Amino acid sequence: MAEFDVGNGTTVEIDEDGFLQEPENWNKEVAAALGKTEGVEDLVDEHWKVVDFLREYYLEFGVAPMIRKLCKSTGFKLNKIYELFPSGPAKGACKIAGLPKPTGCV
Amino acid sequence: MAEAKPDQMDYYQQEDLLKPDYHPPKTGWMDTPVDFRPGSWIYPGKPKHLEYLGLPNPREWAVTDEDWKLPENWKEILLDGIQERLDKYRTFKIFMDVCVRCGACADKCHFFIGGGDPKNMPVLRAELLRSIYRKEYTLAGKLLGKMVGARELTIDVVKEWFYYFYQCTECRRCSVFCPYGIDTAEITMMGRELLGLLGIYVNWSIEPVANCFRTGNHLGIQPHGLKDTLEFFAEDIEEATGVKVKIPINKKGAEVLFVTPSGDFLADPGTYTCMGYMTLFNEIGLDYTWSTYASEGGNFGLFTSADVIKSLNAKIYAEAKRLGVKWILGGECGHMWRVLNQYMDTMNGPADFLEVPKSPITGTVFESAKSTKMVHISEFTADLIKHGKLKLDPSRNDHIRVTYHDSCNPARAMGLLEEPRYILNSVCNNFFEMPENTIREQTFCCGGGAGLGTDENMEMRLRGGLPRGNAVRYVQKKYEVNQLACVCAIDRATLITVCDYWAPGVTVTGITELVVNAMVLEGENDRSINLRLEPVGEQKEGSDDA
Repeated sequence: MAEFDVGNGTTVEIDEDGFLQEPENWNKEVAAALGKTEGVEDLVDEHWKVVDFLREYYLEFGVAPMIRKLCKSTGFKLNKIYELFPSGPAKGACKIAGLPKPTGCV
Repeated sequence: MAEAKPDQMDYYQQEDLLKPDYHPPKTGWMDTPVDFRPGSWIYPGKPKHLEYLGLPNPREWAVTDEDWKLPENWKEILLDGIQERLDKYRTFKIFMDVCVRCGACADKCHFFIGGGDPKNMPVLRAELLRSIYRKEYTLAGKLLGKMVGARELTIDVVKEWFYYFYQCTECRRCSVFCPYGIDTAEITMMGRELLGLLGIYVNWSIEPVANCFRTGNHLGIQPHGLKDTLEFFAEDIEEATGVKVKIPINKKGAEVLFVTPSGDFLADPGTYTCMGYMTLFNEIGLDYTWSTYASEGGNFGLFTSADVIKSLNAKIYAEAKRLGVKWILGGECGHMWRVLNQYMDTMNGPADFLEVPKSPITGTVFESAKSTKMVHISEFTADLIKHGKLKLDPSRNDHIRVTYHDSCNPARAMGLLEEPRYILNSVCNNFFEMPENTIREQTFCCGGGAGLGTDENMEMRLRGGLPRGNAVRYVQKKYEVNQLACVCAIDRATLITVCDYWAPGVTVTGITELVVNAMVLEGENDRSINLRLEPVGEQKEGSDDA
């Protein structure tokens, strides 16, 4: 397990793919720092709309939402999500939102 | 775009992967160590999941570490483990003894064909374990050692087991060609069980197993999450068809319990297949129920150990009993059907509290499911079509030129060969078969089954996917095929990558999605959009590449 430098004097633990190990350690600074690892230099309102929805969904249901639900709820089409998060909804947006990576038949 | 990494398909040049090196290394196989290059192995199981499951030796470690932090008496644990399994499983002993190394299996494995590594010839992959068996349990091996293919158990052997037993998808194509009928998947299963005794698991299998224990499914979806998901699907179904479907959940006294892989609740295009089930059952008025407890048809225990298979599988009968259903219907999942068809009855049965499945719509009694009481959705649907119970307009699928990928386990572990084809021919006007040595019993694996379908294993997935991808490419060129249908959630996830890489432009679908897109529903709207909410007639390239 690796330590990830958030940049404000704190570190968080991440897994092999750079996903946060403990989602409860997430905060906005962590999101901003993780964004830089996924080609998102600055998180603007549109990014936050996605990230906030992912956080809310995760806190309510304990898992990541399906991508279609993310699109419908934020009003962003999939290509817009890719524009915002170049590495995509799962590896990009979910990682920045501090969600664990989905496993199984996916 | 940043430079591609080993877990992304763009990292791999097609021209390189199209030239596997079939020359064996200069050193003998016993003297050739494993090359753990990125892209060809899977991350270890995280300690929290091992702890949750009560499995031995939870710890942080990396595959590339010199020290895998094994227990001090690791050798004794393994040898005892082999002995225990030889006593317990007659097949294991036979499979260790009976192979004459004829080589009939050698060129049948997709990983060998696509990768050229001799240790992926099924015969040699099995020798990795057989050599230890000979050394410890046969007189010739004890006395003559290497001369008779016996060798000492060392840490390097353990690492080699890990590498190659997780480069087998337990698809059993090689077994079709074995004159002795050696079930190579069982050898891999034994190898993985033994590694498990030392706490060596892959996270892609063990996290879903832990999730399934905790929440009832591999993805960790909780009851309120499943309800929310099915309601979301119902909204989209109404938008696509104009029909408002019922969502029966945990309904006591329903006639049928329906169980499908949880991938269908999260990942496209499986989600459209799930919408297909809901619409189909609603249309025929089936008295069925979803379960939030038995919310997983798949069973990653099959990729872990016999004990785990059994305990995960037990939920299905337990829930059928609790809800008081008459029989069980199962969705489009691959390895689930090996467990259901070959193990469930003896592991957790007899399910004598259930009735022999009988379709309430056609009256057909499914004799094939007499012992397990569990029917495959394709058998059920084919029977509906055969009896004229579905009003079909196959021209609604005219923009699709479809081929069928026989998912390994339904084809080879339960003989489901005709029903999917009968359905496809009934709901599509343009169905084309891939070459005959790549379908039916000889079907080629997606390259990502048995817990291998994770991105850090991308090189092996693309190599292992080459034979299947090549056959898809063939029908794409010859018949302009633009969609591949299958009956497996792992397929629906991993074949997207295989098609994008080897046959770009071909998208992936489940069969029930196509069924419902062709069905004329009572009270339907103009049906100008399909279940993907795309205008009918427009086959969007790579639309399921989410």
